[in-house]
Amino acid sequence: MAKTANIEVKNQDILKSLREFFRSVLQLEDISAILVPLHLPMKNVVMPALITDPVHLDDADPLAPVFPMNGAKLVSRLTRKPVGGKIAVVLRSCEIRAYVELVKLKQGTTDETVILGTDCLGAYNNKDYLKFAGDDGKGSTVRFCESVLSGKGAAINGVDMATACKVCEYPVADGADISIGLLGMDTKKNLMAKALTLKGEELLNSLGLPQAGESGTRKAVVESLVAERKTCRDKMFAQTSEATGSLEKLTTYLANCINCYNCRVACPVCYCKECVFVTDVFNHEPSQYLQWARRKGVIKMPTDTIFYHITRMAHISTACVGCGQCSNACPNDIPVMELFRTVARRTQKAFDYEAGKNPEQAPPLSEFREQELSDVVGIN
Amino acid sequence: MTDFEPTIIAFVCNWCTYTAADLAGTSRLSYPKNIRLVRVMCTGMVDSQYIIKALLEGADGVLVSGCHPGDCHYINGNYKARRRIKLLREILTQFGFEKERVRLTWIGASDGIQFAENMHKLVNQIKELGPNEAKMKMVI
Repeated sequence: MAKTANIEVKNQDILKSLREFFRSVLQLEDISAILVPLHLPMKNVVMPALITDPVHLDDADPLAPVFPMNGAKLVSRLTRKPVGGKIAVVLRSCEIRAYVELVKLKQGTTDETVILGTDCLGAYNNKDYLKFAGDDGKGSTVRFCESVLSGKGAAINGVDMATACKVCEYPVADGADISIGLLGMDTKKNLMAKALTLKGEELLNSLGLPQAGESGTRKAVVESLVAERKTCRDKMFAQTSEATGSLEKLTTYLANCINCYNCRVACPVCYCKECVFVTDVFNHEPSQYLQWARRKGVIKMPTDTIFYHITRMAHISTACVGCGQCSNACPNDIPVMELFRTVARRTQKAFDYEAGKNPEQAPPLSEFREQELSDVVGIN
Repeated sequence: MTDFEPTIIAFVCNWCTYTAADLAGTSRLSYPKNIRLVRVMCTGMVDSQYIIKALLEGADGVLVSGCHPGDCHYINGNYKARRRIKLLREILTQFGFEKERVRLTWIGASDGIQFAENMHKLVNQIKELGPNEAKMKMVI
C-alpha cells in the first residue's frame, strides 16, 4: 500500500519546507548524500549538486524553472558501480523516466538510490531562464511557483515555458520512490509526500512524518493539466508530422543543422559510449566528397546531417522521454524535440512500449518473439 | 517510367540467402541485374545505418534476406533483424519513404528458384513505386 504523508509548509515558504524535508532525509543514517538542483554560489545558475553537508541545502532549489541538463545522466555516473551507501536523488518526471531507460540499458542501477520526484511545474530553456531569473535566482523561483500554482501560467515577463514542457503529459513523478506533490495541494499549508515503492515507504517511515490522505482536489487538478497537455501534444504531433512529411520537408526542417551533435550530447538516453558520427567512419576521404558532389552537382557541407538524425532516431526513439534537452542544446533553434517525439510516438506505439514507464519491460530492440511482426516479412 | 531501372541493395546472409543466390547462379537461373548483393554473415548484423545510408544515397529499395525463423546459423539474428526492419519502417515512412522500399524476407540455402523468383517480383514492385526521391534531390 502506498503511504502518503504531509510535509508541513511554514510561513508559506514552499522552498524552505522542501529544503527541510531534504535535510531530514540527508540526516538519516543510511543516506550518504543527496543530489539536488542547487543555486551555485559563484553565479546565478542552477546546477545539480551532490551534497553531503546539510548546510549547503540552503541553496537547494528543486523547483527552479530550469534544468540545464537531464539529471538521469548524472545519476547514471553515480551508480555505475556500488559506492556503499544510499544516495537520495531529486529529479523531475522526465529525468526519472530517462533514468529508467538507462537502468534498462545497464548504464546505472537503482540499488543504492532513493528517487525523490517532485511534481514538475515546467521549465524554461536555459537561455530564457537566465533572462527570467535575472539577479534574483531564488526569488524568481518563488514568483514562478506562485504564478503556476495559482493558475496564471508560466509565461512571465515575456518568457514562456519550453515547448517540451508545454506538451509534457507527465507532470507527476510516477516513477519515483517518493513522489512530492504540489499540484492541487493547499501549498500554503501542506505538500504531499507519497511513497510509491517499498523503498520509499521505508524512508517515509523513518522520517516519522504525519500520515495523511491523498487530496481529492489533487487528482482533479492533475487530470485536467494532463488533458490540457495532451491536447497541446497532439497538435504538436500533427504540425511536426506535416512539416516533415517528405524527405524534402525534412531537409528543410533540418536545413540549419551544423552537425555540432549537441543534441546527442544533451540527450539522456543516447547510450553509445562513443558515437559513430565522431569516429573515422565519418572522416571521409577528401576525394569522396568530390565524388558525391559530382554525382549530384552539389552537396551541402558538412555532409551526413539527415543521416545522423535518422540514425539517432533508429537508436533512441524507442527510449525518448521527450525531456526537450535536444532542443535546449541546439545552437540554431531547430525544434529537435518536436521531431524526435513525433517519431518516438510512432516507434513506441509500434512495439507497444512507453519509454521510462515500466522498469520490467525490456527495450523493444533488445528482445524478440518467435511469432510476431509477420507484416514486415515477405515479397508478394 | 518504363525505362526506369531501379537500384536495389540486398543484404543477404552468408548461410542462407547468399547460398541460395549462389545456387540460382549454378543452376543457370537468371535474375535482374538491378539487385546488388552485399554478403553479410547474418541479417542480425545489418545495422540500421546501412539501410538508412543506402536509401539516402539514392537506392530505390533495400532488401534484407536471411534464414527462415528457427534456421539462423547464430540462433536468433534473423529475429533481431525483423524488429529492426519494423522500427526502420516506422521511422522512414514518417519522411515519405514508402514502406515497400524496405524489405525483409527469408530465403533458405536450397531455395535457388525461390530466390530468382523473388528478385523478379521485387524489381517489378520497385519499378511500380518509381524512383526514390533522394536520388534526384540534394540530401543534406
